[in-house]
Amino acid sequence: MITRKVRKWEKLPGKNTFCCDGRVMMARQKGVFYLTLFLIVGTCSLFFAFECPYLAVHLSPTIPVFAIVLFLFVLAMLLRTSFSDPGVLPRALQEEATFIEMEIEAANGNVPAGQRPPPRIRNVQINNQIVKLKYCYTCKIFRPPRASHCSICDNCVDRFDHHCPWVGNCVGKRNYRYFYLFTLSLSLLTIYIFTFDIVHVLVCFFTLWSVVGLTGFHTYLLSLNQTTNEDIKGSWSGKNRVQNPYSHKNIIKNCCEVLCGPTYPSVLDRRGLTQEDSPVPVASAAPSSSSSSSSPVPQTTKTKAPLIPNKRTPDDAKPSIAASAQKSPSPKEENPPAPKAPPLASPEMDVETSINKDKTH
Amino acid sequence: MAETHSLQDLQQPAVSSKVFVQRDYGSGTTCRFQTKFPSELDSRLDKQQFEETIQTLNNLYAEAEKLGGKSYLEGCLACLTAYTIFLCMETHYEKMLKKIARFIKDQNEKIYAPRGLLLTDPIERGLRVVEITIFEDRSVGSGR
Repeated sequence: MITRKVRKWEKLPGKNTFCCDGRVMMARQKGVFYLTLFLIVGTCSLFFAFECPYLAVHLSPTIPVFAIVLFLFVLAMLLRTSFSDPGVLPRALQEEATFIEMEIEAANGNVPAGQRPPPRIRNVQINNQIVKLKYCYTCKIFRPPRASHCSICDNCVDRFDHHCPWVGNCVGKRNYRYFYLFTLSLSLLTIYIFTFDIVHVLVCFFTLWSVVGLTGFHTYLLSLNQTTNEDIKGSWSGKNRVQNPYSHKNIIKNCCEVLCGPTYPSVLDRRGLTQEDSPVPVASAAPSSSSSSSSPVPQTTKTKAPLIPNKRTPDDAKPSIAASAQKSPSPKEENPPAPKAPPLASPEMDVETSINKDKTH
Repeated sequence: MAETHSLQDLQQPAVSSKVFVQRDYGSGTTCRFQTKFPSELDSRLDKQQFEETIQTLNNLYAEAEKLGGKSYLEGCLACLTAYTIFLCMETHYEKMLKKIARFIKDQNEKIYAPRGLLLTDPIERGLRVVEITIFEDRSVGSGR
């Protein structure tokens, strides 16, 4: 007969599954355990990915560090609970089983045929209390006190607590402390994550309410066609004050005016070209031509001033207009009508500058 | 229970019977074995000798399971390292089990084997019983 070396776990009865050559021992049903792992790893990953950068920057980098330590501890405890032998009592070998049965028969005496044999109970006195030890028909032993047979794993487990599907194993004498530490550390971890999520949520909440509040306020102003300034000053509110004359008295109309009204153009010609300014040389544009004639030729730059006064007035014309306005306010009355169609800009000013130029030159 | 003595039987004595010394739960769930002398060993062993063996075993187990400063320290230290320290360190209980194994081997060599008996380490029976194998006493010529 060829005998090969076999590890004892391969011969163990019961419904356990073994991994890593007997180092890992679990129940047969492991689906819920995988779910537990997924939930813990999943939620913590989300926390580390999305919350921790914010917390590390805005609060302290020790917060994610402690979370990682706690997370690793939770995992260690879970795996220790799930993978370890809960305290399984090995079944009685043939000779021991026979020995016990003989003892039982001796204790029970002769059982009349047809009658059920009395239950196999052994009485033990522990600290002045009678404890009944039950006989396990599967394992063929009298169970020690506090031991129980797990039907899922088909084992007697010492100090049997319960079979936990979440950890995929029985919880008994050997792994109860790991199970307890697992639940305790997981509670701490969830509370920790929850607290910092709440902190972040509160910060977001207050930001949110500030922004939402502000939006609400401006919606109110919009509907009444009021400005913040007017609202603060109470320009249109109160009995003694005038009603807002700008309001269409219709919410929709008010909103439409502000939101869908015409887009007003900018009146600053920000990108228009200009020369480097020097205040004195007013006729620097055309010094020679101004002396030659009084015709509006030298004034071309000025008479060409656009009809709309504020738009695209050449910058060089402006200081000259201003300067000349300061210099000679009086000749305004003397001005005969200008030869060219007077620009709406400042026809008198244009003409007077030409007169001034004549005078100076 | 071989009637004819083959070469194999001379080398390996046949097992006559086995005695199982049960656990003593009088003081709770701590590991203790009954010191009551089994009647089957009457012809082979002194009662006192047997009691001494069992008592020493009980003392060793009591020391392994002792709750005290040392065990608490070991437990707390292990907890702080998430029990990874047990990858490199032996627990107190494991050390005691090794000591018990040495003791049983010693007892077998000195006392039990000369009397045709064999003590089995209780750890091999799940700490439920102390199994004592009674071998056929060939010198007497009849199995018991």
